[in-house]
Amino acid sequence: MNTLEILFYALSAFAIVSAIMVLVSKNPIHSVLWLILVFFAISGHYIILNAQFLAIVNIIVYAGAIMVLFLFVIMLMNVQSDKEPQKKLLIKFIGVLSGGSLLILLIALVKQTAQLEGKQVLMKEGTIGLIHPLGKALFNDYVLPFEISSVLFLSAMVGAVIIGKK
Amino acid sequence: MPIQYYIFFCLTLFSIGVIGVLTRRNAIIVFMCIELMLNAVNLLLVAFSKMHNGAALQIAPGSTAGIDAQIFVFFIMVVAAAEVSVGLAIIVMMFRNTHSVDINFLNRLKN
Repeated sequence: MNTLEILFYALSAFAIVSAIMVLVSKNPIHSVLWLILVFFAISGHYIILNAQFLAIVNIIVYAGAIMVLFLFVIMLMNVQSDKEPQKKLLIKFIGVLSGGSLLILLIALVKQTAQLEGKQVLMKEGTIGLIHPLGKALFNDYVLPFEISSVLFLSAMVGAVIIGKK
Repeated sequence: MPIQYYIFFCLTLFSIGVIGVLTRRNAIIVFMCIELMLNAVNLLLVAFSKMHNGAALQIAPGSTAGIDAQIFVFFIMVVAAAEVSVGLAIIVMMFRNTHSVDINFLNRLKN
């Protein structure tokens, strides 16, 4: 087992354990902190895939901006964890059962797919994840969606301000 | 690393997100589980992009095949940021009206 495989397994196990802790924690603030750890693990995955730009953007946008927004809202609302309504045990059991069946079904489907046999993911090499090729593609082929996304941000900002103002 | 391992890992993360949406009643936790599902999909897109790029590099060195998926991931992050800002504003408004973040409040929308 080489270093990349060890890194892959370690990051995957870390991400899955943290993701389960997001669900299990009673306190919403702990859930947010565990979710930040999941995002860091996914950024580590991006780095071993040599998608450096996305790794940095993931940390800045998700762990930096979005999760801080979540933390801010939770602390603003001062939600007590013991007052949070819980679903019935039966409903929880059915939810876990259906999610687990979805997972098993999809895994069985992937295992049967012949087109994926022997396909390897290029790790640590390749230049498409670096800023230079991505910037070239973004500002040549995808310049219109890039500009439209600024309008999307503007409308989201206006919407958030109007909803929050009342 | 075979692509199947990445698919299994991302499917696991996605299913954990689905279970979270189905079993929790706190609207903020449900929202966070949706973010988890989005991230699992992002990681799978990048893995597939590297798979196609690796196959293309063996035929033509210097090929940039598969770069579109990484641009897609970038745009998914853009849309997720916009979605979170509006969604959290809606949750704050809901909390202001009912003093709880219980997701069952939202079933009043159906009448």
